[in-house]
Order: sequence, then structure tokens, then C-alpha cells
Amino acid sequence: MANQLLNVRGLETQFNTPEGIVHAVNGVSFTLDEGESLGVVGESGCGKSVTMLSCLKLVPIPPGKIVAGNAFFKGEDMLTMDSDEIRKVRGAQISMIFQDPMTSLNPVMSIGNQMAEPLMLHMGITKEQARKRSIELLEMVGIPQAADRLKDYPHQYSGGMRQRVMIAMALSCMPQILIADEPTTALDVTIQAQIVDLVKRLREELGMAIIWITHDLGVVASIANRVSVMYGGFIIEESPVKDLYAEPLHPYTIGLLNSLPKINREERQRLYSINGMPPMLFKKPKACPFAPRCEFVKDHCWQENPVLESYGRGGHRVACWVDVTTGRER
Amino acid sequence: MTTDKQTLLRVEDLVKHFPIYRGVIRRKVGAVRAVDGVSFEIKQGETLGLVGESGCGKTTTGRTILRLYEPTSGHVYFKGQDLAHLKPEEMRKARKDIQIIFQDPYASLNPRMTVREIIGEPMLAFGIASGKEIDDRVAELLDLVSLDHNYASRYPHEFSGGQRQRIGVARALAMNPSFIVCDEPISALDVSIQAQIVNLLEDLQKELNLTYLFIAHDLSMVRHISDRVAVMYLGIIVEIANRKDVYVNPLHPYTQALLSSIPVADPKFYEEHQRIILEGDVPSPANPPSGCRFRTRCPIADEHCAEVQPVLREITSGHFVACLKVTPIDDQKEVIN
Repeated sequence: MANQLLNVRGLETQFNTPEGIVHAVNGVSFTLDEGESLGVVGESGCGKSVTMLSCLKLVPIPPGKIVAGNAFFKGEDMLTMDSDEIRKVRGAQISMIFQDPMTSLNPVMSIGNQMAEPLMLHMGITKEQARKRSIELLEMVGIPQAADRLKDYPHQYSGGMRQRVMIAMALSCMPQILIADEPTTALDVTIQAQIVDLVKRLREELGMAIIWITHDLGVVASIANRVSVMYGGFIIEESPVKDLYAEPLHPYTIGLLNSLPKINREERQRLYSINGMPPMLFKKPKACPFAPRCEFVKDHCWQENPVLESYGRGGHRVACWVDVTTGRER
Repeated sequence: MTTDKQTLLRVEDLVKHFPIYRGVIRRKVGAVRAVDGVSFEIKQGETLGLVGESGCGKTTTGRTILRLYEPTSGHVYFKGQDLAHLKPEEMRKARKDIQIIFQDPYASLNPRMTVREIIGEPMLAFGIASGKEIDDRVAELLDLVSLDHNYASRYPHEFSGGQRQRIGVARALAMNPSFIVCDEPISALDVSIQAQIVNLLEDLQKELNLTYLFIAHDLSMVRHISDRVAVMYLGIIVEIANRKDVYVNPLHPYTQALLSSIPVADPKFYEEHQRIILEGDVPSPANPPSGCRFRTRCPIADEHCAEVQPVLREITSGHFVACLKVTPIDDQKEVIN
């Protein structure tokens, strides 16, 4: 059994907005083992990014507020750490890459200086050592003429190259967990394939654990061992990757998979579509958040919110009152 | 195939260069060759998918056809008229028949106008309806795109992304056009909403006999909606054929790599298939490589590719490819370009 790195329990995060309180994350629990690759899938506003930002205390407070929960990293609750303690975790042991590599890099600082900063801070090495290490890191992520390119600024790099730099920086202190928040969404498909391939290779070489946040079920299939599907601030299904695609158990997951055009389908068929739209979350859902859009909905679904429970094969858990294989309540 | 149908739009050697100016006197020092000689046809009632990566010129092609950008050279024949050379007033009239749906439903609707004003504006602009007539038509259009017609007095911010895109579709339909350029209409939407909009576009096409130019970078959605598909790279079309030929039997190395990089929602697929991963980035369209534009990333390029620019040739019936390494089975049939 691999060692557990991360154990998040009952996390709840809210945002105070002019329109009212938004219940972004409503009690999320998950774990991550050493060397594991977890995919977190969901549409915009489902709480997937906020969950990870909350764990690292990166949610701006105010307007954000972590209302409840714990996030244990190797047994220590990150949510109760003070700012000095959490800074030692962030970047050094858990690092994060974001969707837009242009806005995540400082435009008026050379790549070399940006890369040296966390190295000198976390690893306590000299500027010259940091420079050498930066060159190694850039070579590792496949940037040609790395030594020459250190003095360049972010605008002199292409989108794919900038994301490579972000990855190099995130890996510079050899973290145990890399959280990737939609790192390929802003990139073209051929560049996306390069980045996915790079992260997979680096994970094998360095043995770190990955949390890959995305809305793209295709990308997850290629990179994750285990997948969590989020909806309305809850994890509604969690499963080893193959089982999720072969036998999805939650009506929302089924709907998402069916609404993708099938690559091997010859005839033009109407796409399956999920009616309605995702919830606004101005109220904390008391019943199943997916009930208004669900094809299998029963009376019970409007009254009580189901919790994640194990069904089917090992490690497959779903939060649904209905057994989709029979269409009846469990 | 749709060979028996009439050609609605024929684009011939369309070029759009954006000049680059430098220095105090704004001297022209070069040009971004966004669209650099593109030719294709779209038949009545057909959907042509136009795919490629960002910066390949697909959106510029769509906009230049509508003369939202003035073409540098080339012809756009639409119902017997050359749109590229119409006088402004004639072009304005022609626009009744050709409409566009934009990518970003948040940026393409005026936030200070109600839904009624947004959808009714084209009718007012062309003076074909007024007052009550517009109200009726707006209600009819809202029904057509499955929005409640009581929403007519609301403002865009009151709607979700998918609903806004429906408003954009209703606006495009207001003048009963026969041809619509769909410029990445679903890229900004969530997965569960994308299918709703694509189904809507397909239903409308059947009901109103519309012809679409569907511009997108999502190759699996293009496969779903298109009859024929054109693949662009750095301002030129590298492959064009009916949907099945492009997806089942891609011939250009770029198309092959592009298709291979589509993420597939099936973990088993990745155990059985090896992906083609291209190296490097797309070169700048201001300074494209000599010869074949794809040669800098092409796995099969040789010295010859740096010297000769390949033209589109018909390899099998209706399947055109611009690659020196792909030769027709029978003798060289030079077509288009």
C-alpha cells in the first residue's frame, strides 16, 4: 500500500459576492497516495479549482472563506498552518501550474530570474547554482538552447514554451505533489499532446503524485489512474479510470460521456445533450444538485442529498439514489 | 457526396495580408500572411468544417469571406456575385443572405441592449420590419432557438453562456440567410452545453436549408457536424475532402498528427494506440518557411520540401492534398490553385 500524501475531509468553501453567498465547495473529501495520478473533472463553476486552491490556502480571503474541513498533508492540517508554515509546503512540496501561462509568469522579469527565485528561497542555494539548476530544468522540459534562453522574457516564448517553463518552475524543488489546473486548455491540440506527454514522462521519472484538473474527459483518460467527477461543489463519482469510462454510475457522468461526439461512430446521429444548465449555488444544495437535469430523477432525489458510497467494483464510489443499470432506487 | 447539389459559395485564391508597420513614418516592413491563397467550394445545404490550430487563418478566412476584413486579393463567388469586389452598398445588401455566429457569447452581444433590440436590429437596419412586426418576428426566432419568448425584454447578462449563444443564433437567423459562418460557436461553452448548441444548429440546418462554414479547433465536434472538412496550416489549406476521407484516411502528415493528438475519452485507447507527437511550434505567419510550410515540423520532410511549395492535388475523387510526398494514383491531376 502506497503512503497517503493528502487527505482532505469535509472541505467547504464559500465566496461573498454582491449577489449573495456562493457555495462553491460543499463538503469535499478525497485522498491522494504517493505517486498517484488523480484527475478531477467538471464543468466551469463545479468547484474543482476552488477545492485545490482551498487546500493550499490560495483562496483570497475575503471574499472567500473556508467554512469547514481539514486538508492533511502527510498528517498535518494545512488549513490550520500559519502563513510561514504553508509557504514551506507550497512550491517546495506541493506546487501548482495554472491554465494561462502568460498571466502566471511575470512579464517584466527574465525567465532565468523567475526560475532562480523559488530555488534560492526553498533550496537555499546560491545564484550561480540556481542558474545551473535552471538550465537543467529547462532541458528536462525540452526547451532548446536553454542556457541562452534564460535571459529572455516571457513574451519571447510561445504558449507551449511558457507552459513548459511553468512546469520546470513547478518541478524545480522536487515537489511530492504537482497540481495542474487546466494546464493545456489554452493550448492547441498538437501542443497539448506535447505537454501531456511531457508531464506523464516526468511523473514516471520523478515519481511525484499529480492532481490534474480539467473539463476534458479525453485528457483525463490519457493521464489519470483515478478520476473524481465534480458537480455543484460535490464529488459525485470517483473511480479507477477504466471503470469510470466503461461503467459510469452517475447520471451526470453518463450524460457527459454521451454528449461527446464519438470518434468511431460512422453515421451522423443527434448528440445526446443534458438538459438545462449547471446550478448557480447561491443556496447550499439540500437535495441532489443534479436532480433538476437528471433523467433518472425520483422523489427521494428532491429531498435528500446522496453521499458518496461504494458500488460495483473496488474503489468505485458514487453519490446517487438511483441505480442507473435498473433505473430504480437503490 | 453532394455532387448533385448546387455550389453556393466558391472561394478562389483568397488572400488576406495584415501589413506590419515600423518606425516613425510607419513604413511597411512586412505582412502577416494570415490567409495566403485559399480556395474551396461549399454546396447548398452542406456544412464545410474548417479546422486548424490558432493562428492558422481559419477565423480570418471566415471574416474575409464576409468582408469584415477587406481581402488583399482573390474572389468570393456567392450566388453569382463576387463578394470580394462588390461596392459597399451592394455588399451591405448581400449581407442579408450571409450571417455570422461568433465565438464568444459574452463579447458579441451588446450589454446595453435588450434581447429584442439585439435580434431586431438587423431588421431595423435593413428596414424590412418595424414595431409590432419586429416583436412578432423576435418571438418567433426565440421559439426557433428554444428560448422563452418572454425573455425578449431582458439584457444579455441575465443569461447563461449557452442561452447567449442561442441569442446569437437567433440574431443570425433574423434575415433568413442562406449561408452562416459559424466561427467557433461552441468553444467558449461547457461540455454539456456544447451538445445542445450543435444539435440546435443541425436542426435549424434541416428546417431552414442552411449552409454552414463551421470553423473550429475541436476536431471531434467538426467530424460530427461536417459533410466535408478542410484543414488549414499557416494560411493555406493542406487537405480538403469529405468527412470520412479526412478522418478515416488522412493523407497529409499534418492532418495525421492533428487527428492523432485529439484526446479520446477512453483509457483503453491509450493502451492500444501510439500517438504522433509533433515537435516544436507553428512558425510565424509573418515569415513562413520556404517551400512547404509544414516542413519544419513534418516527420517525413526532406530537402525537396524546402524548395517547392506543394499545391492542392486531387489524390482520390474529391480528396485534395497539398504534400509533395503524397502522389495521386493515376497521373498528376493539377486542380485548384
